[in-house]
Amino acid sequence: MYLLNRNQRHRVNSTWMIVSLLLVASLPFLLFLGLYLKSFLLIHDYHLGDLLFSKVWKPGSGQFGFYPFIVGSIWVTLLAILISAPICLLTAIYVTQYTRKRFLRIMHPAIDILAGIPSVVYGVWGILVIVPFISNYLGPLFGVKTLGYSILAAAFVLSIMIIPFILNILIEVFRTIPVELKEASLSLGATQWETIKHVLFKKALPGIIAALGFGLARAFGETMAVLMVVGNVIKLPKSVFDPGYTLPALIANNYGEMLSIPKYDSALMFAALILLVVSLFFNLVMHFFIDRYNKFAG
Amino acid sequence: MDMETQNSIHVENLNVYAGKHQILKDINIDIPKNKITVILGPSGCGKTTLLKCMNRLTDLYPELKVTGKVMIEDKNVLEAGEDIVKLRQHMGLLSQRPYPLPMTIYNNIAYALRLRGVKKRRDMNKQVVHYLQMASLWDEVKNRLREPASHLSIGQQQRLCLARGLAVNPEIILADEPTSALDPISSQYIEEKFQQLKDEYTIVLVTHVLRQAARIADYVIFMYLGEVIEQGTVKEVLENPKMERTKLYLKGAFN
Amino acid sequence: MTGKKIEETVFKVLMVIATYFILAILAIIIYTIFAKGVKALSWEMLTSVPQGGYYYGKGGGILNAILGSLSLAFGATLLAFLLGLPVALYINVFLVRRKKIVIVIRFILDLIWGIPSIVYGAFGFSMMIFLGIQTSLLAGMITVTLFILPIMIRSMDEILRTVPVGLTEASYALGSNKSETAFRIFTRQTVSGIITAILLSFGRGIGDAASVLFTAGYTDHLPNSLMEPVATLPLSIFFQLSSPVPAVQDRAYASALVLTLLILLVSLFSRGLGKRYHKTKINF
Repeated sequence: MYLLNRNQRHRVNSTWMIVSLLLVASLPFLLFLGLYLKSFLLIHDYHLGDLLFSKVWKPGSGQFGFYPFIVGSIWVTLLAILISAPICLLTAIYVTQYTRKRFLRIMHPAIDILAGIPSVVYGVWGILVIVPFISNYLGPLFGVKTLGYSILAAAFVLSIMIIPFILNILIEVFRTIPVELKEASLSLGATQWETIKHVLFKKALPGIIAALGFGLARAFGETMAVLMVVGNVIKLPKSVFDPGYTLPALIANNYGEMLSIPKYDSALMFAALILLVVSLFFNLVMHFFIDRYNKFAG
Repeated sequence: MDMETQNSIHVENLNVYAGKHQILKDINIDIPKNKITVILGPSGCGKTTLLKCMNRLTDLYPELKVTGKVMIEDKNVLEAGEDIVKLRQHMGLLSQRPYPLPMTIYNNIAYALRLRGVKKRRDMNKQVVHYLQMASLWDEVKNRLREPASHLSIGQQQRLCLARGLAVNPEIILADEPTSALDPISSQYIEEKFQQLKDEYTIVLVTHVLRQAARIADYVIFMYLGEVIEQGTVKEVLENPKMERTKLYLKGAFN
Repeated sequence: MTGKKIEETVFKVLMVIATYFILAILAIIIYTIFAKGVKALSWEMLTSVPQGGYYYGKGGGILNAILGSLSLAFGATLLAFLLGLPVALYINVFLVRRKKIVIVIRFILDLIWGIPSIVYGAFGFSMMIFLGIQTSLLAGMITVTLFILPIMIRSMDEILRTVPVGLTEASYALGSNKSETAFRIFTRQTVSGIITAILLSFGRGIGDAASVLFTAGYTDHLPNSLMEPVATLPLSIFFQLSSPVPAVQDRAYASALVLTLLILLVSLFSRGLGKRYHKTKINF
């Protein structure tokens, strides 16, 4: 590098930058194209509606109904958000409105650690702690016989995994509400709780939606932890104690047999394509939502 | 001033600390009823903190330590405990920049009214109109009541905040540099409003703009670096100041 | 009004429960991983490769996975850094005037944010077949690079955005051209942020299983070249956890502990290192 003079260095750097930029900018298109081409065989031979809504999954006899996996993914994701959202909201309000700033110094590292734990490790914990808990305590409590490997187990583990993402955004949202707004409400004779409930919550609402949205997106694409505790049974679950199967789990579990059955590899690539499209679409919606909100709030 | 029954607020030995730093030193002042009292001083002299002590907004800043007495209606605000919630309704706050609540124009006032105990829809409507009229905002918003308050211009927002503050039926209005973010016309509007309101309310106005004090004050409290240097009628303090510090300030400010 | 008071108290209690619940769960997770892992940990575990595989469990350790993960993650992080830093710098230095292009680029960055790692894994697998490569360290590295690239770029972009315009102007005024400004001034000002971005991406990359599942393969040996399959810690856990042989299971628990400790270490390091380089940073 140092053998070149200033101008040459500038040109090398610039080229390097532009090449990298082009690669990165084309990434979403490359991903889509690659997966689309690979799943083309499947899409070409089957009707899209059939693929997405048929309940029968028997690759050996050429039947590829993705419905059970889509439903499984949706159940697990929604339940995870349902568990995680109130916990995160309550914690965020507590930590930003009721405790000293010192408490945040404990919370932030705790959140960082939770965020850093890899998916497989969550899976291990799920198998060791959550699955037995559900089969030995929670199931019997509701009068249900379950092995523990279930939608509920996956949702619970997932809910913990997405807490760091949601909580960080929520804390940031509540922290940046101007203190003068609180002052205005308190001056009118409102209590702290009334202020939180009627004023702060409304002010934070777009941020709360964004936080939950990102949590949802993260949960939907999560593979390993879910795979290890969800049971991996191809059936439409009737209760949360039933085992299920998600789209990412489908891909991860069957890559070994992929090449032995015709069109199986296309099917799995198609599943990945669904995940990609959902992800891209979601990011699109979020981008415009946040954009519009920023313009509105001024 | 020993006209005790003529005072809305009586402050005794007020001291405020932020850690080792002392923000307010031995403040002893009286705010007379139905007058405009201006707390005047350069930036950083503690006047906003003094204002915030009066309705104990200092609660929102846990790093502040407040000692002394702030007497309103024979109750010490600083030791009022839970009663502070009701006590705060004796005072209305107007901040430097308007902070409309994240609701419709109507609901901004309704929020305050509900806190006061107004429940019936018809009463609510009447009172919303009444207070918007008091703030001279009614004509401009009567067709837009269901719009978000953030759609209003800054001058209108400040008047909305004034209407909202009045809606809890206070006796005192605390104003923290209420015109500093406004254009000259809106500022004038607010100042005129205060002149009208002082017949029924006690007004405490914090400012660092000498000319504003000269325009509308009845009484002046001059502060510097956390201490009260001088207090008295506007004539006494601005035309015949006794303390050297006051004289220096007035000289510098007019230049 | 007792009604209001009850409501406030109920919610206060719920808030406290929620907050301490999170801390408690964290404690339980850490405890579980440590308890299981420490039992399985030994010098042999850390320094030898498995001697028997899934069903035989003739002892041995997880050295294959440790070295495999480290080399894969180092490589991927390096590649992602080499691709990501120029992009982040380009946006913040060269394109500062061309606001429209920057908006488009940032939009695309928003678009690729958070794509699940399994998608990259599937894509990587397709590419492998297309290019005729076998499962290997190289294939795994490239896939993980793509996966962590958005994270790397976004983290660096965020820190570079905080550099005030005044610094850029001062640099130009002294006669630097754009790339000198970018590489010498900007990077020095944001060193701690860049280090954090690198370490963050490294942590994410080394812990991810779905991206290497199809692409890096698995082996009980240490790879001799980039084109051979390589073991990784996440897969070491995944593949060996459900073995009926306790010795094999132990390797899974040991891997879990080692992986978690590694990531915790990286996280702590990034906080500490970041602070050290604050010396040359100007505080505006």
